[in-house]
Amino acid sequence: MLMKVIEGTVSQLRTLGMIFMHSFRKRETLSYPEEPVPLPPRYRGRIVLTRDPDGEERCVACNLCAVACPVACISLQKGEREDGRWYPEFFRINFSRCIYCGMCEEACPTSAIQLTPDFEMSEYRRQELVYEKDDLLISGPGKDHDYHFYKVAGLAIAGKDKGQAQDEAEPIDVKTLLP
Amino acid sequence: MATIHVDGQRYDVDGADNLLDACLSLGLDVPYFCWHPALGSVGACRQCAVKQYQDEDDTRGALVMACMTPAADGTRISIDDDEAREFRASVIEWLMINHPHDCPVCEEGGHCHLQDMTVMTGHDRRRYRFRKRTHRNQDLGPFIAHEMNRCITCYRCVRFYRDYAGGEDLGAFGANDNIYFGRHREGVLESPFAGNLTEVCPTGVFTDQTHSARYTRKWDLQFAPSLCHQCAVGCNISPGERYGELRRIENRYHGEVNRFFLCDRGRFGYGYVNRDDRPRRPEWRSDRDDACVTLEVDAALDRGADRLRSARRVIGIGSPRASLESNHQLRALVGNDAFSTGIAAAEQRCLAVMQALNHGCGLPTPTPREVERHDAVFILGEDLIASAARIGLAVRQAAQARRETLAAERDIPYWNDAAVRTLGQDRYHPVFIAYPTATDLDDVTAARFALAPDDIARLGFAVAHEIDDNAPAVAGLEPAMGEAARDIAARLLAAERPLVISGGSLGSEAILEAAGNVARAMARRARRGGLLLVRREANSTGLAMLGGEPLEWALDELASRRADAVVILENDLFQRLPAARIEAALDAAETVVVLDHQRTATWERAHLGLPAASFAEADGTLVSLEGRAQRFFQVFDPAYHRPETRIRESWRWLHALRADLLRHEVADIALDAVTRDCARACPALGAIVDAAPGADYRVHGLKLAREPHRYSGRTAMRAHLDVSEPRVPQDPDSPFTFSMEGYNGFDRPREEVAFAWAPGWNSPQAWNKFTDEVGGHLRAGDPGVRLLAPRPGAYAYATSIPEGFRGREDEWQVMMLPRLFGGDETSSRAAPILARATPATLVLATGDATRLGVSDGDRLVLASHTGSLTLPVRREATLPLGVVGVPAGLAPAPVAGEWARLAAARTEGPGEEGRP
Repeated sequence: MLMKVIEGTVSQLRTLGMIFMHSFRKRETLSYPEEPVPLPPRYRGRIVLTRDPDGEERCVACNLCAVACPVACISLQKGEREDGRWYPEFFRINFSRCIYCGMCEEACPTSAIQLTPDFEMSEYRRQELVYEKDDLLISGPGKDHDYHFYKVAGLAIAGKDKGQAQDEAEPIDVKTLLP
Repeated sequence: MATIHVDGQRYDVDGADNLLDACLSLGLDVPYFCWHPALGSVGACRQCAVKQYQDEDDTRGALVMACMTPAADGTRISIDDDEAREFRASVIEWLMINHPHDCPVCEEGGHCHLQDMTVMTGHDRRRYRFRKRTHRNQDLGPFIAHEMNRCITCYRCVRFYRDYAGGEDLGAFGANDNIYFGRHREGVLESPFAGNLTEVCPTGVFTDQTHSARYTRKWDLQFAPSLCHQCAVGCNISPGERYGELRRIENRYHGEVNRFFLCDRGRFGYGYVNRDDRPRRPEWRSDRDDACVTLEVDAALDRGADRLRSARRVIGIGSPRASLESNHQLRALVGNDAFSTGIAAAEQRCLAVMQALNHGCGLPTPTPREVERHDAVFILGEDLIASAARIGLAVRQAAQARRETLAAERDIPYWNDAAVRTLGQDRYHPVFIAYPTATDLDDVTAARFALAPDDIARLGFAVAHEIDDNAPAVAGLEPAMGEAARDIAARLLAAERPLVISGGSLGSEAILEAAGNVARAMARRARRGGLLLVRREANSTGLAMLGGEPLEWALDELASRRADAVVILENDLFQRLPAARIEAALDAAETVVVLDHQRTATWERAHLGLPAASFAEADGTLVSLEGRAQRFFQVFDPAYHRPETRIRESWRWLHALRADLLRHEVADIALDAVTRDCARACPALGAIVDAAPGADYRVHGLKLAREPHRYSGRTAMRAHLDVSEPRVPQDPDSPFTFSMEGYNGFDRPREEVAFAWAPGWNSPQAWNKFTDEVGGHLRAGDPGVRLLAPRPGAYAYATSIPEGFRGREDEWQVMMLPRLFGGDETSSRAAPILARATPATLVLATGDATRLGVSDGDRLVLASHTGSLTLPVRREATLPLGVVGVPAGLAPAPVAGEWARLAAARTEGPGEEGRP
């Protein structure tokens, strides 16, 4: 009985001591929002649409992000520009549904859609969480600096004719007799 | 029957097939490219290699191409064999050497046979590091986009286009790597079946250009089983919708009607559903000259009911392009004795003759598929490619089937396409066409008789007399025509299954009676034949069975003020009769209520316009020209994406209007109840209740899904309107849901399939999973019920034989010539069809043109009782003298058979020209 009382008292005092010693340690928490949160570059936060090295929209409206999205919060419509490029006429992400899983980024064949280290998206009204293309499109290439889909695709666009993509031969001419 | 062993398992198969056909019919997955159920085997792509063993003791085996090997009794093969798998993986790797990195920007992606086969074969890494072959594309017209880089040289396109559909302007140029599939020079693909290239091509070389501008992947489209409304054949289609717009029409397999192929009018003529100027809310004008105001549903119904209640007598004008249910509800609203079918009297008389013949000539009506199995065809007064294109394609197959007969005599299997074609050359089963102008089937005909309508009838009567002496003889028959009649009669009698085709295109009852006489004569000679009669519009057959007064009657009632209010259902009267007469009638009416989905000239004259649903937004039943009642189902709810729309099915509007008129509480009504009422009210249509399963149909307790299970964007597509998603629209009318939730598989047989998808099969080739055998019938049976069966009895011959045609000095007899593009009321409101339509021309015999001193392109004024029309002339050497062909689909349209004067247009400026 006596031993138990002694053991208990010592344990209590030791705990008090340890807690007290924490006052002298380095803090784990941040005084957010006064202090910014350091996020790793591959953090999965707010989604952006990037541009290719030419400064043109990377998104070709292939719909793969939308179909990969497990909560179906991406919707878009394909359009076609004068120069032959496909682009999204509208591109809408309902961030009130988004779970930031990154499946869209993984599915994207052109590196257009990317998740960024930003989670500061709170709104007072849910409707404000619906982002349109204007809200999503940034002016740079994001994490992938070099990829240019139309350089590898067979589709001809203005400034890149048939046969001018990577590893492409000149267009064939069936009317020639030369071997 | 034959027993084959596949990977150690025994299967019973049809021994006449090849191994690929047999394996696919058994549900086994074998990859393939060049083979197609309708085109046979050529063994070009080497993709369907399997290992064949000689007997039980053979362990080495040898690789064979499944599509080129008969499924003979005792055949032992292995699909899973390592060597065979490796071979197939190598083949696809070779095929992919030149394939561009295009899938994200390719309209085929997501329903691509090449993608499916690549995944099935397991090829997933590109090892080839050298350069890819590239090609320049061609502009192939408003329907088809061309991206030649994606070609894997399977040759399916030219085999379909040239060998199956008889097209001449698409070819393969060059060989091996120096190859091109296209036209000899840029230009519109001429074949009216070119649209099928989008489904026949296993990759994205030929894609649907009408879809491309507003492109959506197949997995994102909402589908429903629907019917083509662009002619009377009743082809089954799967329209796909996204964001409240119809985006695409895909073929829906029906084992007896369209099978794998549609015509371009049906596939690309849907644009009228998406028109911006469609009425979307009720419109009201208290007086004709007032500007219209839009109303809410209740206000519109109240005002409409008030006006109808205060009217002395209300009559209804139905429509052959509306469903049976809508027409029936209109008849219920106005009463049986105040209902007009909305069809002009002349056409309605032809429809009545056709219906009587279908019952009473002793020969059955063949389905379009059965048409292909007839070995002699006699076509009276129809240009099938223009009036019922899918039937025309079937007749072409009937002619070409001679090859298979010849092959069978030499023990060459019917599916060995190259051998069969080489053997057949240009030998065809006899097809005789009696039609004034050239037709697209002329290249397979034994003879075409370019005759005026009355002479076509006389030729028919003469043939009937040659077949059976009891049939009335034609007095004063020209010797040449008598010779022709003897020849036709002999060839028809020599055939095992002769077929007579006729229809109302030329508006001549005499031609129909002549066709009836030929059919009766063959029935009396106990021939297994068929009689197919072509109607003009989607529900012409059904409306003729429903019955009602002709349109002229309705106009007379209004003009003479025996009725002062009229309800017009989905019918632009100005397309049917001269404008003056219609205007007089509508001006006389105190109240005009119009229900339509298009802003037509008739709509503009309505006091109350109610926005009706087009085929994509409504359910209903149509009766096709073979007497098949089929149901079409609503594809999407227009109010989901555009909450401001007040579009309802016509039958729903009319039900509500009737309830309001009778001051009943407006209780909603469901499709099944309306269909039942219609069947009860019209005993001839009693079977339409069984045309499709009712709204309570379930599979595994589930409703059926309209959307593929990968349907994306559900929580974002409407988020710009409101971030809180509403409940998906509920559908009380059909067993389908507006959702991905519900059954969409293939393992439980069902008749109504919204879209074909099976694991690993995203392309239209997935239909093979839904059929009892490849190219056979849907496993649950093909949709629809047949209503027109021959009734036993003794049938008398028609005896009113017209006099031979005699031209007049200064007048020409008008023939209305159907047109595939631009000749039908709704599809000619779609931009791609207008772009494809050839300019309207008057067709004149070269002799007559010389007499008038005009040549091709000169403008002529055609003046008749119904108004005048200025059009350029096209001369045709074989056209009989004294007649002039006027293209259908123009307003004001002259009446077929009337006499008109022709004169050169005085100025070169635009005259009072009809709508193209």
